[in-house]
Amino acid sequence: MTPRGRRAVVVVCVVGALGGAVALVLNAFRSNLVFFYSPSQVAAKESPAGRSFRLGGLVERGSLQREGLSVRFLVSDTVRQVPVRYEGILPDLFKEGKGVVAQGQLGADGVFVAREVLAKHDENYMPPEAGAALARARAGQLPVEVSR
Amino acid sequence: MIPELGQTALLLALAVALIQGTLPLLGAARGHEAWMRLARPAAQAQCALVTLAFVLLAGSFVRNDFSLLYVALHSNTSLPLAYRLAGVWGGHEGSLLLWLTMLCGWMLALAHFSRQIPLPVLARTLAVMGWIAAGFLLFMLATSNPFERLVPVPPDGNDLNPLLQDPGMVIHPPLLYMGYVGFSVAFAFAVAALIGGDLGTQWARWMRPWTSAAWSFLTLGILLGSAWAYSVLGWGGWWFWDPVENASFMPWLAGTALIHSLAVTEKRGAFKSWTVLLAIVAFSLSLLGTFLVRSGVLSSVHAFATDPKRGLFILVFLVVVIGGSLLLYAWRAPKLGLGARFDAVSRESMLLLNNVLFVVAMASVLLGTLYPLLLDALGLGKISVGPPYFDAVFVPLMAPVAFLMGVGPLARWKRAELPAIALRLRWAAAVSVVAALGAGWLAGRITVAASLGLWMSAWIAASIATDLWQRLGPANPAPPRARLRALPRPVLGMLLAHLGVAAFAFGVSMVKTYETERDVQMMVGDSTEVAGHVFTLQGLQRVAGPNYDAVQALIAVTREARPVTLLRPEKRVYRVQGTPMTEAAIDHGLTRDLYVSLGEPLAGGAWIVRVYCKPFVNWIWGGCLMMALGGALAASDRRYRAKQPRTAATADAHALPDAACGTVHIAGAAP
Repeated sequence: MTPRGRRAVVVVCVVGALGGAVALVLNAFRSNLVFFYSPSQVAAKESPAGRSFRLGGLVERGSLQREGLSVRFLVSDTVRQVPVRYEGILPDLFKEGKGVVAQGQLGADGVFVAREVLAKHDENYMPPEAGAALARARAGQLPVEVSR
Repeated sequence: MIPELGQTALLLALAVALIQGTLPLLGAARGHEAWMRLARPAAQAQCALVTLAFVLLAGSFVRNDFSLLYVALHSNTSLPLAYRLAGVWGGHEGSLLLWLTMLCGWMLALAHFSRQIPLPVLARTLAVMGWIAAGFLLFMLATSNPFERLVPVPPDGNDLNPLLQDPGMVIHPPLLYMGYVGFSVAFAFAVAALIGGDLGTQWARWMRPWTSAAWSFLTLGILLGSAWAYSVLGWGGWWFWDPVENASFMPWLAGTALIHSLAVTEKRGAFKSWTVLLAIVAFSLSLLGTFLVRSGVLSSVHAFATDPKRGLFILVFLVVVIGGSLLLYAWRAPKLGLGARFDAVSRESMLLLNNVLFVVAMASVLLGTLYPLLLDALGLGKISVGPPYFDAVFVPLMAPVAFLMGVGPLARWKRAELPAIALRLRWAAAVSVVAALGAGWLAGRITVAASLGLWMSAWIAASIATDLWQRLGPANPAPPRARLRALPRPVLGMLLAHLGVAAFAFGVSMVKTYETERDVQMMVGDSTEVAGHVFTLQGLQRVAGPNYDAVQALIAVTREARPVTLLRPEKRVYRVQGTPMTEAAIDHGLTRDLYVSLGEPLAGGAWIVRVYCKPFVNWIWGGCLMMALGGALAASDRRYRAKQPRTAATADAHALPDAACGTVHIAGAAP
């Protein structure tokens, strides 16, 4: 092969590898984005069915029920509530009346089945999504369309 | 008095930094030797001043001086001494001071171990570091002063975040920062080369040991962070793709690409401008990581709004450093030229592919970390990108990296023959496939993912064995001890680091596939079985620590009726902040970890208990340790500190004898 031909092979290989890798990354990115919805949006049926999303708000006071390993509670943005079911150990800073973010899917019965519950490391810290849900509800506006 | 002294020290340090940033640079431009000679003493003076400030702040923590706002916010009289010291870097202001102290440490080391570097190059390099220091000092003095007074003085402090009260957290930040800041040396060399228009490849040789050392520290820092998350967060995971972790992982990926591309630049004179660009990128990502983690922007992008001065300064600083160095690069890099040519199949081309893969991996982490922040900042909605994305990206990107790791070190520079390499690696290929399937069979289940991971691990290990056999085996006529001594340290370091990757891949594959986890409800006297081990809750007791109260469970572990260990997981409540914390109990082992953590108390005295058996999880950190040691070994090679003959300073690396790269044996041994 001529030196020029060899150089072309190197260039083609590198560009091919780069292109393939970028396509892989962008595809994985698109299919794994998790969007956030507030309880009001879920009540208005804006959340997707059959796809994971994040639900944020406050844990409604007095709504926490435990039966062995399974937990039920309501997530509220002070206007609407969504019932949540979760199996397992809740994080240390999970408390009634405090902010929470749950990730999972909405069941056909309207119960949000959480696979993960997040409450953050700091007592005063409100998970950003929970804060946003409350702010939205407080402003009385209809939930803003979340970008797709 | 003490705080004022600290503040004065910082102000003086700023003045010295400005001198260090300007006069040596002007001296180098005009050939004014006395001005260039100023760089060394300026670096030393600055180091003394910043260290003084650091010691004063640490002293205030030791003496519980709550007249300092920063001490009052991050310490408490009941906090044990080690954690009071860790409190120095427990918050934003103190971690900036730690960063700066580290920077001064690297400057001092560079000023000391630089006799082989020509004065103009050293002057420019130290000047660039002086500018970085000046930027940080300005940021601290203007917006984040750790010596701010608090009036009136409170009787006691607010305590350190309980999550940070862990031995791992005492040394994790200093090591991580050593790594972050260490990349500033590579950055400074690169920028100095651009400013000076130095067209040779000598700077690559000077830069290499510093970059390897910084990379080793960063690896250790990430290792400790991961081990901390494993033992303290109570979820038993070792990596969460959390933005905080990603912030330290991005510079690591760029740094890994950099040490590989530096090898090519030093040995072959190729990839010159690419290496310079990577040095700029690695340090830029270190800066970005520091600010992402410490500015509060991750918990909310609107954290900037609470202190707009701080956010604005950070943005301007990042734009100046990154934008400025990239502009300089765009202006000067074309002069660096393309360097030596190489074939489509050669060690260079494989390292190029390695670089492409690492840079794409880094960019994918950057995308997953910054895109949600960007959307939020622009008010376009809230999204999150979780572990599934990173898992989906990393496995396919790292599999070819692992494959190349086996082939690359055996390929010759400039031009290699694929059939010859295949012939030499045929045993490694066969052994690795058998070993991967065998390990899966022994573990009880063969899955595609596990087999792939185990194969990568075995392939890397087997190719290293092949490499060593060909270097040290009977084909080499020298006596055995001389053969071993003839191996250059960078080669040994590379092999050790690659072996570390093999251990890491093995640990990850085993844990991901074969771990067993169980959440159970337990009363005193109940037992549960996980992976052949029987865990029995023997009792619960209240214990009081220095600054917390806890419920401690006593859990006896037996295997085939023989006692294994007694685990004492705790649920703590830290008194000052009233924060609950889960303290897991772990029985570490070479082949498995037994991990128990307490969930919540239930009615009737029962507890939810999480029980894990994690096979070979310690291999993950063992592998990281080997990588870090490999980097340190490579950096310690005496040849990097040797004075070069005058003629070599301008010659291209082409002209360097091939013996310097340690490939001569292998080239001779190749069929």
